[in-house]
Amino acid sequence: MSILVYAEHLDGTCKKAAFEAVTYARKVADEMSLPCIALTIGDVGNAGELGTYGADRVLHAAANNHFDGQHHAKQIAHAATEVNAKVIILSHTSTGKALAGRLAVMLDAGLASGVNSLPDLSTGFRVKRSVYSGKAVATYELSSDMQVLSVMGNTFPAQANGTLAQVEQVESVQHESRITVQSVNKADGSVPLPEADLVVSGGRGFKGPENWDILLQLAEALGAATACSRPVADSGWRPHHEHVGQTGVAIRPNLYIAIGISGAIQHLGGVNNSKTIVVINKDPEAPFFKAADYGVVGDLFEVVPKLTAAVKAYKEGV
Amino acid sequence: MNAMKQLVCISKTPDTTSRISFVEDSTKFDTDGIQYIMNPYDEWYALVKALEVKEQVGGSITVINVGDASSEQIIRKALAIGADDAIRVDKLAEDAGDVAAQIAAVAKNEAYDLIYTGKETIDYNNSEVGSRIAAHLDLPFISYANALSIEGDTFTIARDIEGGSEVLTIQAPFVLSASKGLAEQRIPNMRGIMMAKRKPLEVKEAVAYQATSKIVEYEKPEGRTSCKLVDPDNMNELVRLLHEEAKVI
Repeated sequence: MSILVYAEHLDGTCKKAAFEAVTYARKVADEMSLPCIALTIGDVGNAGELGTYGADRVLHAAANNHFDGQHHAKQIAHAATEVNAKVIILSHTSTGKALAGRLAVMLDAGLASGVNSLPDLSTGFRVKRSVYSGKAVATYELSSDMQVLSVMGNTFPAQANGTLAQVEQVESVQHESRITVQSVNKADGSVPLPEADLVVSGGRGFKGPENWDILLQLAEALGAATACSRPVADSGWRPHHEHVGQTGVAIRPNLYIAIGISGAIQHLGGVNNSKTIVVINKDPEAPFFKAADYGVVGDLFEVVPKLTAAVKAYKEGV
Repeated sequence: MNAMKQLVCISKTPDTTSRISFVEDSTKFDTDGIQYIMNPYDEWYALVKALEVKEQVGGSITVINVGDASSEQIIRKALAIGADDAIRVDKLAEDAGDVAAQIAAVAKNEAYDLIYTGKETIDYNNSEVGSRIAAHLDLPFISYANALSIEGDTFTIARDIEGGSEVLTIQAPFVLSASKGLAEQRIPNMRGIMMAKRKPLEVKEAVAYQATSKIVEYEKPEGRTSCKLVDPDNMNELVRLLHEEAKVI
C-alpha cells in the first residue's frame, strides 16, 4: 500500500503547488506508515526534486504536455492500481479540480476537495475543508477503502529536506484525446494569483483603470500578484481572472492588501482565509476594517505611493 | 452545426448575503431565515450560455435539479429565463457524488450533446459534480469555461487556468463547468415567467446511491481579534509591523 501524489508541472517545471502537495503527502504517509510515491505526466525537467520534498519514489509517464483530464485521470488511476494507493493526493488547482471527481468515480473512492488539514485517523478518516465560501469549516468523514484529497494551496508550505529521487519510467496509458489545446495564455511575468504569497487588490476607490499604476507600483515593489473586486472586473477596468471573492477566485495568501474596497460579504468570502489582511480606505466605516489585521484610514492616492516608497526603502535596507 | 440537445444542471444554494450558522451541536446548517437562490454560476453563466447556443444552432435546453419540492422555485425561474423543460430528481442528495450519480443516471439514456454545470456551488464549493458526471458518462470535461464559440461542428472554448487561460477545441458531446465571463446574466421577463408555468417539469425517482462522504461537524473560522490602525502619514510603521509582527514580508 502507498500514498500516491500527482505532481503538476507547467511547461516542464514542477509547480509550487506540486511541492506543497508532495509535502502534504509525505505527512499523510508518515501518519499512515506508508511510502509516499509521486507521479508526473509529460515532459518534466525537475521531477527528481520531488524527492527533496518527501517522495520516496518518483514515477514518470511520458505524454504530451497538453492537459486532458480524461487522459490524466486514466494515467493516475493506472498508477494508483499499480502501487495499491490508499490515498491519492492532488493539488486544488484548475487541473486538480478537473481530475478529483473523475478519479473518485473511476476508483470508487471517497473525495474531499480543497482540504486544509491533515487527515485525523483516530475515528475513521476525517479531514477539514472550507465551505460556504470561506464562512465556515466542515469536517468530512470519508468511508471508502481509497480516498482522494485535493490540497488547498498556500496551506501546507513546501518543505525540502530530503534528497533528489531517481525518476522511474512507467507505462503510458493509451488515450484517444478528443481535446485539442490551441494555446495557453499566461499574463507575462506576473505571479499566478492562487499561488501568490502576497496580493495587492484594488476596488472602486481607484475611480478608473487609468489610476491603476499606483497599485501596480506597490505590487512590483513587494513582488506581489494583483487582484481586484467584482465591480472593477465587471466594469472592465481589470481582467476577470483578477477578480477575487465569492464569485471570483478564492485566495489565501500570507498578505492581502485591500485598497479602496469596502469589504462586501461576498468579497470577504474569497479572501478571509488570508493570513494577514491590510485595509486602506478613506471611509473609517468601511466594513472591511472589521476583517482586517491592520487598517489605514486615508486617501489611497496619497497613502499608496507612501507605502510603495516605504516598501522600497525597507527592501533596499535588507 | 446540427441542433443541440443541451442539459443544464442547477443547484439550490443559500443567497450570497446569508449569515451562516449551525445547529444541532454544529452538525447541521441553520436554515432559519435563509433565502434560497439558483446557484449563481449555474444561472448567470451555464444557463445563459446554453440559451446563446440554442439561439445560434437551435435545439432544446433541459434543466435538471436533484432536490425536494422546495427546488421548484428555482426550476421555474430557469424555465422563465428560457429553458424548455425540466427534470427534478426527487432526493435531498447525500453528497456531491450523489448529485452526479443521479444526473448521470438520467443523462445516460438521453444522449445530450452538451451538459453544463456551474464551476462550483457557493455553499459546498466542491467543484466536483461536473467531473463526476463526465466520469460516469466517459465524456471529456472542460472545467472553468469562460468563453465558448461554435464554428461548423467545432467548439472553441477558453478555460481559466492559474494566472491566465487555455484555449481548446472540441466536438460534442462533452461536459463543461461555467466560470465567470462565459455569458451575461439575464433577468426573466413577464412573458417568460408566464410561459414557465406551462412548461413541463418531470419528477423522477432517485437511483440507489451509497454515500462515501459525510459532514460530521462545522466550525466558524476564527475571526480577526482587532484591527490595528496605522497613521496614514507613517507607512514605514506599517512596513515594520508587516515585517516584525505579522512576519509576512
